[in-house]
Amino acid sequence: MAKILVVTSGKGGVGKTTTSAAIGTGLALRGHKTVIVDFDVGLRNLDLIMGCERRVVYDFVNVVNGEANLQQALIKDKRLENLFVLAASQTRDKDALTQEGVEKVLTQLKQDFEYVVCDSPAGIEKGAHLAMYFADEAIVVTNPEVSSVRDSDRMLGLLASKSRRAENGEDPIKEHLLITRYNPERVSNGEMLGVEDVKEILSVALLGVIPESQAVLKASNQGVPVILDDQSDAGQAYSDTVDRLLGKTVEHRFLDIKKKGFFERLFGGN
Amino acid sequence: MGRAFYNGSAWVAANGGYRYKLGHFFRNKPSMQTMSLNQTPDSVPVFQLKGSMLAITVLELAQNDLEALDRQLAAKVAQAPNFFSNTPLVLALDKLPSGSGAIDLPGLMRVCRHHGLRTLAIRANRIEDIAAAIAIDMPVLPPSGARERALEPDPEVKKPEPAPAPTPPVVVEPEIKPTRIITSPVRGGQQIYAQGGDLVVVSSVSPGAELLADGNIHVYGAMRGRALAGIKGNTRARIFCQQMTAEMVSIAGQYKVCEDLRRDPLWGAGVQVSLSGDVLNITRL
Repeated sequence: MAKILVVTSGKGGVGKTTTSAAIGTGLALRGHKTVIVDFDVGLRNLDLIMGCERRVVYDFVNVVNGEANLQQALIKDKRLENLFVLAASQTRDKDALTQEGVEKVLTQLKQDFEYVVCDSPAGIEKGAHLAMYFADEAIVVTNPEVSSVRDSDRMLGLLASKSRRAENGEDPIKEHLLITRYNPERVSNGEMLGVEDVKEILSVALLGVIPESQAVLKASNQGVPVILDDQSDAGQAYSDTVDRLLGKTVEHRFLDIKKKGFFERLFGGN
Repeated sequence: MGRAFYNGSAWVAANGGYRYKLGHFFRNKPSMQTMSLNQTPDSVPVFQLKGSMLAITVLELAQNDLEALDRQLAAKVAQAPNFFSNTPLVLALDKLPSGSGAIDLPGLMRVCRHHGLRTLAIRANRIEDIAAAIAIDMPVLPPSGARERALEPDPEVKKPEPAPAPTPPVVVEPEIKPTRIITSPVRGGQQIYAQGGDLVVVSSVSPGAELLADGNIHVYGAMRGRALAGIKGNTRARIFCQQMTAEMVSIAGQYKVCEDLRRDPLWGAGVQVSLSGDVLNITRL
C-alpha cells in the first residue's frame, strides 16, 4: 500500500524542500519507488534542489487541470532508477490547486509508487493545507528556535484536526519530528534550543536531527540531494532518518560537540 | 487583575434567582387532586404552597424613553430571536434616575410584549410606579439589594444555571453535563470549549492554545496555553494544573497573565487556581 508522506513546518526556510529531496532520494536509494511532489506552486524550488530544473515541461498544475497527463509531467531522476519528481508551476499561484484535483493526482500516484513525498509550502494556507490533507504520515521540520517550534506546534494541531484522516475519523496522521540546522555548540552556549527542549515542547516522536552543515548549501547549489553526499554529516544524518522512517532503530548522531583533533585544534581547521 | 473579555457575552442567571413563594406560579406540577365535583371535603388539601427558586430575566430601565427602548429591543431580538419568545420578565423601575417622570406602565408592558417579553411583576421603589402597578393588578417586588450581572442574550440559548442564593428554600439539582476529556496534545491555535461542564486535558497544552469551560479545567500535562474556567460567570470554577506555566488563567472573567504568573513562586509547580471575591488565588496542590 502506497504511503503519502508530507514534509511540512509552518515556518519558511527551515529546510522542508531539502528534507523532501533527501528523504525521497533516500527511499529510492533503498529500493522503494518514490515520487516527490512540489506543492509550492508559484515558488517552485524542488526541481532546483533535485537538479532537474531544465527538464520541466509539464507541471503539477497542468496535471490538475487536465492539460497534461501524469506520465508527461513526471520527471525521472537521472541518478536513480525509481525516483521521480513532479514539479510545481512557477507561473501560477496556490489557488490553481483544488482539493479534487490534488486528490485525483495523488490517487493516481499511489497506484504507481510506494512513497509519495509531498513538499509543502510554508504557511498554513491553501497550498500547505492541500499538501498535508491526504497524508498518511507527516514529517514536521523544525529549527531549534522558538518561532519555528511555535509554528510547528500550530502545524501539528492542523495535522490532527484538518486532515482527511481527522475529518473522516480514521487513524490520525503519524507525526514525526525532524530537527534541522542543529548546532550542538550553540546549544551548549545557550543560544539554541536543545533536542530535549524541542521534543518536550512539541511532544512528538523524534525522527532525526540534521546538523547545521556547509554540505547542505553546497548540495542545493549543485542540484544534488544532500543525502547523496555520504561523506557529509548532514548526508549521514538524513540517511539515518530514512532508516528510522522505514522502521529501523538507529542511534541519533551529531548531537554533541565534535571533538577537534590535535591538528585541527592547532591549525583551527573545521 | 481585570475583567476578561468573555464576560461580555456571558449568559448568567440574573439576580441570584428571584424567589417566588407560590410554587404553582410556573411549575406545571399538579397540586390539586382530582376529586368529584363540588364534593371536596375540607380534610383533603386542595393545594400545597411550595417555595421555588427561579432564575429570571430582569429588564432594568435606565431611561424613561419608550421609543428608544422599542428600537433597542428590536435590535436585540434580531440578534437572538430564540431568547425573546414568551420570556418571563421582571420590569425593574428602581434604577431609573430620579426626576425621570412618571412611567407609562401599560405602554412599557406593550413594548415588551411586542418583543416577546411577558411581564410578571415590576420592581419599584417610587410610590407612583407602585400605584400604577396596583392599578393594573400587577405584583410589585421590593427593590433589589443583590448584585446583578449584565445579561446578554446569546444566540445559542442555553438553560441558565441556577445561581446560588443565600438561603434557598428548595435546591434545584443542577443538571450534570459530561466532562470533556482531551487525550492528545492541544496545539497552538486550537481552542477547546467544554460547554456547560468541566474540561480535562490529559496531555500538554501548547502556547497559543486556549481552553474554555463553563466549569472547572484540569490539565495533567505541561500547561503552556490559556485556561479560562467559569466563562459564563461561575465564580466557583477552578483551574487545576500539574505544571503551571500558563500564558493566562481566568476564572469568571478575572484573569492573570503570564507576566504576573511568572512572579509567583509556584510557577512551574502543581497548583490550583480559585477565585475569592475578585482575587485569583494560586495554591499548591
